[in-house]
Amino acid sequence: MSTALAPAAPATRRRRRLDSTAIVWIAFVAVLAIGAVLVATTGRSIFSDGSIRDILTGMSVLGFVAIGQTLVILAGSLDLSVPYVVSLSSLLAASTMNGQVGNIVPGVLLALAVAAVIGLANGLVVTGLKVNGFIATLGIGLIVKGYLDTAYRGATGSVPAEFRLFGVAGVGPVPISTIIMLAVAVLAFFFLTRTRTGHHIYAVGGGADVARLSGIRTSRPIIVAHVLCSMSAAIAGLLLASRLGVGNPTVGTQGGYDLLSIAAVVLGGTLLAGGRGSIWGTIGGVAIFAVLDSVMSTMQVNPFLKDVVRGVVIVVAVAIYTGRVVQQRRARFPGKPETAAKKEAGR
Amino acid sequence: MSAATAVAGARTGEVVLEAVDVSKSFFGVTVLHGMSISLRAGTVHGLVGENGAGKSTLMKIIAGVQGADTGRILLEGREVHFHHPVQAMEAGVATVFQEFNLLPDRTVAENVFLGREPRRGPFVNTRAMVQRTRDLLTGLGVDFIDPSAKVSSLSVAEQQIVEIVKALSVDAKVISMDEPTAALADHEVELLYGIIRSLTARGVAILYVSHRLKEIFDLCDDITVLKDGSLVSTGPASSLNPDELVRRMVGRSISTFFPPALAGTEVGQTRLKVTGGGNGYVTDVDLALRAGEIVGVAGLQGSGRTELAEAIFGAVPFTRGELQLDGRPVRVDRPRTAVRSGIALITEDRKAQGLALGQSVLDNALLVIRGVLPRRTAAARAEVPGILESLEVSSQGTGQEVQFLSGGNQQKVVLAKWLVTEPGVVLLDEPTRGIDVGAKVAVYDLMRELAARGVAILMISSELPEVIGMSDRILVMHDGRIAAELPAGSSEETVLAAATGTLTDPTTSTEEEAS
Repeated sequence: MSTALAPAAPATRRRRRLDSTAIVWIAFVAVLAIGAVLVATTGRSIFSDGSIRDILTGMSVLGFVAIGQTLVILAGSLDLSVPYVVSLSSLLAASTMNGQVGNIVPGVLLALAVAAVIGLANGLVVTGLKVNGFIATLGIGLIVKGYLDTAYRGATGSVPAEFRLFGVAGVGPVPISTIIMLAVAVLAFFFLTRTRTGHHIYAVGGGADVARLSGIRTSRPIIVAHVLCSMSAAIAGLLLASRLGVGNPTVGTQGGYDLLSIAAVVLGGTLLAGGRGSIWGTIGGVAIFAVLDSVMSTMQVNPFLKDVVRGVVIVVAVAIYTGRVVQQRRARFPGKPETAAKKEAGR
Repeated sequence: MSAATAVAGARTGEVVLEAVDVSKSFFGVTVLHGMSISLRAGTVHGLVGENGAGKSTLMKIIAGVQGADTGRILLEGREVHFHHPVQAMEAGVATVFQEFNLLPDRTVAENVFLGREPRRGPFVNTRAMVQRTRDLLTGLGVDFIDPSAKVSSLSVAEQQIVEIVKALSVDAKVISMDEPTAALADHEVELLYGIIRSLTARGVAILYVSHRLKEIFDLCDDITVLKDGSLVSTGPASSLNPDELVRRMVGRSISTFFPPALAGTEVGQTRLKVTGGGNGYVTDVDLALRAGEIVGVAGLQGSGRTELAEAIFGAVPFTRGELQLDGRPVRVDRPRTAVRSGIALITEDRKAQGLALGQSVLDNALLVIRGVLPRRTAAARAEVPGILESLEVSSQGTGQEVQFLSGGNQQKVVLAKWLVTEPGVVLLDEPTRGIDVGAKVAVYDLMRELAARGVAILMISSELPEVIGMSDRILVMHDGRIAAELPAGSSEETVLAAATGTLTDPTTSTEEEAS
């Protein structure tokens, strides 16, 4: 009860607490430092152009998916349909473009529009039918998967060389795709912190009853989050199509973007239950994964150990956050005992 | 405070909000009948009554959370029908509930303007939002609260103030407060007093619900007393004194259906003893339960009654002090240890904590045995039908799912679950809440029978007649402590006074009662 012992000066009592985004980036720097040392033992440098490009490239696809996932999780829902949206988007884009430069724009727009419809379906099932987000998006995802499995046999379509620039071009060691991903992150940041809908996403995820009693139509923010999430997954699919040159019905599931994006969001300090977290935390989480992967490939760590390391990182991170949350929550509504303790302290 | 702007059109003393002949019932049980109250601008109106008197229901009707069955609500003379709290708020009727309606992870300003964020173009105008929140806070003289601070970083009192500011941000004409001081320390209460006075100076009408009579007399201009859903009296505070008020709140004799102790019941040696027990919820707990004794625990909601039982049972263990069972020190740090040591806890919330609703009567009755004492399962299984029969559980056999039983029968299944463990100490938390009179009497009979068998019993209850009618001794809790120990047959007034912290000298009162 030590938190309750200094009630006399409420203004001076408050201490600036490190928010979780700062912690994520501190963790990122730590991972980067350890990685640098490990990579240095092999006689190479983690800060070489090649290595930086490798890390940033690794960030971009997962980054797009995780940005969308952040919105959905903040709103108190979850999206398991993202890998199928990624695959579908890569196929729609590649087959629409079919090697023609003039079809790039229609291909991109079609992929985004279809993704938006899937996101709308997710949002409507979650809010209208009151199906838990986990199940709703799993169901919608399976429907998309069924379509992918029957309508496409392997790689389909082809993207023109101009579109492939999206995947391979770069400014120095920084890939264009990463720049676009960060630009989307900035947009998402402003959306969350500067618009009413963004505020209401936090409100609905943090306390649906509080939001409703404050006059917020609680379905809207959830639906918007789902639509935006599917669309950002579609951008990830476009990026993969531009890298591979073709659309692929299993590219999303192979990447494991559903669980990996949720892991990145949670690693970034966002509460899985919703209502608390930030885009920059998520980007930090994505960056940590990218550095880990890059370091492990350089070290030629075997695939099994790679997954073990990823798994340990996720579990440890969430365990640390959970500990923090429990402490904060306890101090928040202490009710009677705080009163008692304060009186005790006052004597 | 003097700089406060008056609410447009409201003159002090003028009736702002009026409830006329309001009635409400739930499932055929009338909780409010023919209730009328009028709130005047610039005054504080105290609403008092025991637990279950209908105070919360009246507040919820005024706030638009629930609709009244009959009767009218008039706001500034015009009849209003609120179907949603937001409608009430927009009309100028705000409520500060006991459970805060705040988002802990958002800032003060974001909470105050939630759903009504000021905008500039397509964006939320954070600067304006923060500035307007700061103005409201400064207007109340609480500018030490930072509008940009997260609510979770605020103290309970500060969170309460944020709730009030939220009400003010919509220019509330009426603000209802449900036990606003329940979670506040003394110096914070002073702060709240100051805020309430500056609200009344602006012409706001305040409905103030509290159990603390001192506050009622400190603050209120008018006092309305409710009992069993009916209006007892309403009028100026100056026409009442604390004794008279308590008499009006309680004003009934102890019901007669409490069975007397069985012949041959003897208070024997101490079975459970706690010395200096404490944790984050209760402090300085010294108590002894003797074989054959029924000890009642009274106290207001949030006074630490349930927490006391949970501490003894190891659900939220004591972190200080010592616990002895039959003279031996035992460390009960979790429920398993408690069960093995012969302690049983009949929890307050039967459905959430007492029963697996989708499982059968038999499975529920064997829940504890199977989980903690599996070797006794076979023997217990043989005993269950007899126990259920002696408790007169009416079910379609032991295979029926308990969710289909009545509340009383469910409670009997909970009791059976613990009886098969053959406990030496039984803790009962609100054992008769929400069950019919017949089942109540069955619970009382069982308590007497257990006592006759030498079991030590601790019974927590909000029903004062029950505590007084069943207990050999009464412990009264207040602010997480055992504030008073009263003898059997103490009056409701004395118990209530101790529970509200207005019993000036417990020892003298005890002697008076005993003589």
